[in-house]
Amino acid sequence: MPNLEHPAYPAAALLHLESLVPCRESQVSMLLSIFGERQQFSFPSIFIYGHTSSGKTYVMQTLLNTLQLPHVFVNCVEYFSSRLLLEEILIQLQSCSSKTEQTSHVPCDTFNDFVRLFKQAVVSQELQDQTLYIVLDRAEQLREMEANILPAFLRLQELTDRNVTVVLLSEIVWELFRPNIGCFEPFTLYFPDYSIGHLQKILSQNHPPEYSADFYAAYINILLGVFYMVCRDLKELQHLAVLNFSKYCEPVVRGEANERDTRKLWKNIEPHLKKAMQTVYLREISSSQWERFQRDNGEPGQLKGLSAHTHVELPYYSKFLLIAAYLASYNPVRTDKRFFVKHHGKIRKTNFMKKHEKTSNHLLGPKPFPLDRLLAILYSIVDNRVAPTANIFSQITSLVTLQLLSVVGHNDQLDGPQYKCTVSLDFIRAIAR
Amino acid sequence: QQIREDLNKQLLDNLVSFLKRSYSELQEETTEWTCRMKSREIPTAALVLGVNVTDHDLTFRSLSEVLQNNITPYIALLEAKDCPGIKNLMQKLMGQLMNCCIDEDSLEDDSYVQVSQNRIRCSMTSLINWYESVTKKTDSVTLRKKRTSSSRHWQSPPVVVIFKDMESFTTKVLQDFIVISSRHIRELPLVLIFGIATSPMIIHSLLPHSVSSLLCIELFQSLSCKEHLSTIIDKLLLTAQCPFKLGEKVLQVLINIFLYHDFSVQNFIKGFQLCIVEHFYSQPLSVLCCQLVDAKKRVNSLSHDQCENIRRLPSFRRYVESQVSEKQVALLMSDNFLKEIIQNLLEDLHVYHENYVSVLRCLHVFTSSLPKYPLGKQIRELHCACLENQVWETEEYESSLQLARMLNKSDLVTMLQQCVEIFVSSSGKEFDKTVEKLKEFLTQFQKLEAEAFQERDVSVSSQKELQKKTDLYHLQKTLLELKESRRSKKLTKFEMLRFEVVDYIDSLVRNYLVPADHKTLHEIVYFNTASVLRGHLNAAPRTALHTALNNPYCYLKNQALKSDAGSISNKAPDICIAYKLHLECGRLINLVDWLEAFSTVVMAVEGPNADAASSDQVDDIIHARFIRAVSELELLGFIKPSKQKTDHVARLTWGGC
Repeated sequence: MPNLEHPAYPAAALLHLESLVPCRESQVSMLLSIFGERQQFSFPSIFIYGHTSSGKTYVMQTLLNTLQLPHVFVNCVEYFSSRLLLEEILIQLQSCSSKTEQTSHVPCDTFNDFVRLFKQAVVSQELQDQTLYIVLDRAEQLREMEANILPAFLRLQELTDRNVTVVLLSEIVWELFRPNIGCFEPFTLYFPDYSIGHLQKILSQNHPPEYSADFYAAYINILLGVFYMVCRDLKELQHLAVLNFSKYCEPVVRGEANERDTRKLWKNIEPHLKKAMQTVYLREISSSQWERFQRDNGEPGQLKGLSAHTHVELPYYSKFLLIAAYLASYNPVRTDKRFFVKHHGKIRKTNFMKKHEKTSNHLLGPKPFPLDRLLAILYSIVDNRVAPTANIFSQITSLVTLQLLSVVGHNDQLDGPQYKCTVSLDFIRAIAR
Repeated sequence: QQIREDLNKQLLDNLVSFLKRSYSELQEETTEWTCRMKSREIPTAALVLGVNVTDHDLTFRSLSEVLQNNITPYIALLEAKDCPGIKNLMQKLMGQLMNCCIDEDSLEDDSYVQVSQNRIRCSMTSLINWYESVTKKTDSVTLRKKRTSSSRHWQSPPVVVIFKDMESFTTKVLQDFIVISSRHIRELPLVLIFGIATSPMIIHSLLPHSVSSLLCIELFQSLSCKEHLSTIIDKLLLTAQCPFKLGEKVLQVLINIFLYHDFSVQNFIKGFQLCIVEHFYSQPLSVLCCQLVDAKKRVNSLSHDQCENIRRLPSFRRYVESQVSEKQVALLMSDNFLKEIIQNLLEDLHVYHENYVSVLRCLHVFTSSLPKYPLGKQIRELHCACLENQVWETEEYESSLQLARMLNKSDLVTMLQQCVEIFVSSSGKEFDKTVEKLKEFLTQFQKLEAEAFQERDVSVSSQKELQKKTDLYHLQKTLLELKESRRSKKLTKFEMLRFEVVDYIDSLVRNYLVPADHKTLHEIVYFNTASVLRGHLNAAPRTALHTALNNPYCYLKNQALKSDAGSISNKAPDICIAYKLHLECGRLINLVDWLEAFSTVVMAVEGPNADAASSDQVDDIIHARFIRAVSELELLGFIKPSKQKTDHVARLTWGGC
């Protein structure tokens, strides 16, 4: 295990840092060597990427906080426009200065303004002798802002002529960022996924104080055994661990087993965890419901997930409209005459048989159809006569707002709008019953 | 008209109380969440409301009202059409939150208003700052007032954000919003409410797992709209308090629209209101359609013309014809005598309604549990059947009586008990006897049960005796006898009683469920012109357009336009001529041919004496008229320019509909 060593920082702080970021020692030491000493100029921009919850944000935050490096931390999703983003950086800059005077709001619309204001801010804080770090979390959002934002951030050191380093955190690789006009290439650093051993180590680290670390580690071991196949997200695993821990402790609390009795505990918890995987993990039922359920020790059948309520009540004609739409978008036009003209008696049956033969139509997805065809099919599948009233037309529109149908051709309403049916065969079957 | 307003109010009250009831549960849940705020998930309620989108507005309004009164002053209602991007969403959210806050604080100091009138930076940080300042202020206020008034709300009330129509929001906006707010859940206690019209699966299809894992979703199902409708019908139509009644056909139309088309309770109520308006507008005698006490007063002040109107009513004429001759004369000649009679008749009608409702409910108790529901599952179907004609003459009634005669005892007893409850709770005076009778039945049943017990005891003892005897032949014989006696004795008693009960119910039905149009003066309170209502509610734009263009006389009422179908008159407006001509063409229409036909029709007015030169050289004016007509048709959406062939237009409609 590489120990963190750096001449510029006190050893105690480094040790503390090491305990805070388990399994990320190599990345941290790499970062430290790039950062160099406080007053040294660093690499102008660093790009860090890795899968969801591989500790990018956490490592950056703890690193900058424990070593007390001046920094600005901004989430690009939260500040969704470039103006908001730039202003937020400036506000944080002002507030992290030693003098805590009431900062006034400065409008900052363009990057040019930003550079000017940034210089002022840095001068006023006498930060010139230290490297300032600007961390942009979820940097993939930058691509959707104005075209100049990303290249400008990458060259901020050069543009402002100050000691500043921009760190971009993202879940996607740098190749997808590179603008086609070309830009300054940042230093890229990859955070690999945690392995199962890493996960075990990290999860076991913060055990509840009432129980011993070994006991909790055994629990985590069982938990990982169930969930590792489906979920490697550290946050999610942590959440699940907290949720189900009380159930795990139950035999111990009741005195039926002691903490060493792993096998007995395993028997108790395993079916429970499997059930949790089917429900809570998929967010079929919420975690609060799950906790209440655990407390009451209720029957497993009581809780109905979100997917259990799939039945949709529709008005009579809406059902027919939807069925007609489905037929229209999955049957080719040329078969319409054969299916819906009422000369032969065998109309319906051939229709459904045909559909099953040709699954290729289902693989291709729904095709758009004009309004008139929909109405024609509707008239032929409804037994009694339907008057084409405004109610029918408004039902089509309301089906569109419910996202059961979708409009395809949209340029002009008078031009015969085209629709697509977006529901599945199962849904139609449920309705047709 | 005054009554109508009253009625509307009553209606809305009904609705709001109804909704409140269904959301009390939700409200409790929300208070519980506030305790759970420490968790990092955003508490979320998924509200499944059914497809009747038009009703949702009212629901949300009353929901936010309830929340505002009980839990938190900070509520924002967001609609998809206002929020195409995350920026608009934040703006809308902050605007609503800060506004509702200003309403609260405006009494205390105005300095806050000035702050919010500055250009707001629409971001979460400013929202959090705002929230902190507000809660701090209310804290200080509560401390100053020593928690006198504002203890109504929680110390740090949650901010409730309601998404009215989850389906129409774009995925990205929702995702971004949830991600942002989950980062700040500690500083800003946020509760989301999703209004869902279809099924909760939509959450999974809209939000990826990484986002939905930030939510703590609980599901709430609101009452289905069908149940909602039956409550409304129960409260409005099947009470004696509401003087206005719907005829059978009208009710059928309204219910059909509801079931076939939109499931919208609001539209049902609107239709009902339309009926009221139409009734008061078209029926001159509707002044008498009010509470009984008022009606009696109004009868006294009737003018001579109004009396004549009453005499002209068909139901009243029937009544007069059934009287003796001198009374007939008195009725027809003397206004005062007429008024007295009318008062009596109105009272009769009122009593009839009271009785009708309770007997109807009673009958419903019986029929609703029968297999296959010969008279319908819902009370509204029964109501319609009773209004339509004499219900005891229908086949369904026969079969349901047959079935009722086969009910088992426990069912029968519970039904009778329910009937007793209905009659006791109803205000009709004539039902004392009925209740007594029913109670008598009940006691008889109980007696029967006791007897049965005794008999069983007897049989048990006899069986004991049997066990002593070992003779096989005797055993068989006595067993047979026993069986025989049991069947013939006990069951006949029960059956007889059962027949009695069913017959009694039948007699009740025959007495009280007479269809309303057999009653004298029913025209006053019943609205029965379904065709008018259908015309108003079932708009058919295509048909209307077609008739207008095909038969302009229908709307223009110009004698010159009156013509038999098929022929094309040249006096009709140009567009009508062009329309009729285009009906005869195929998918692609040649403009030149069309113009030629058009000019032929128009020229026919000059008659055959028009010279030959003008026939092949079309007049400029006619040309212009033709172009105008064609472009009008294009505007109406009947044709569109086509690129397949030059000088052709494509037809868009196919006359059939």
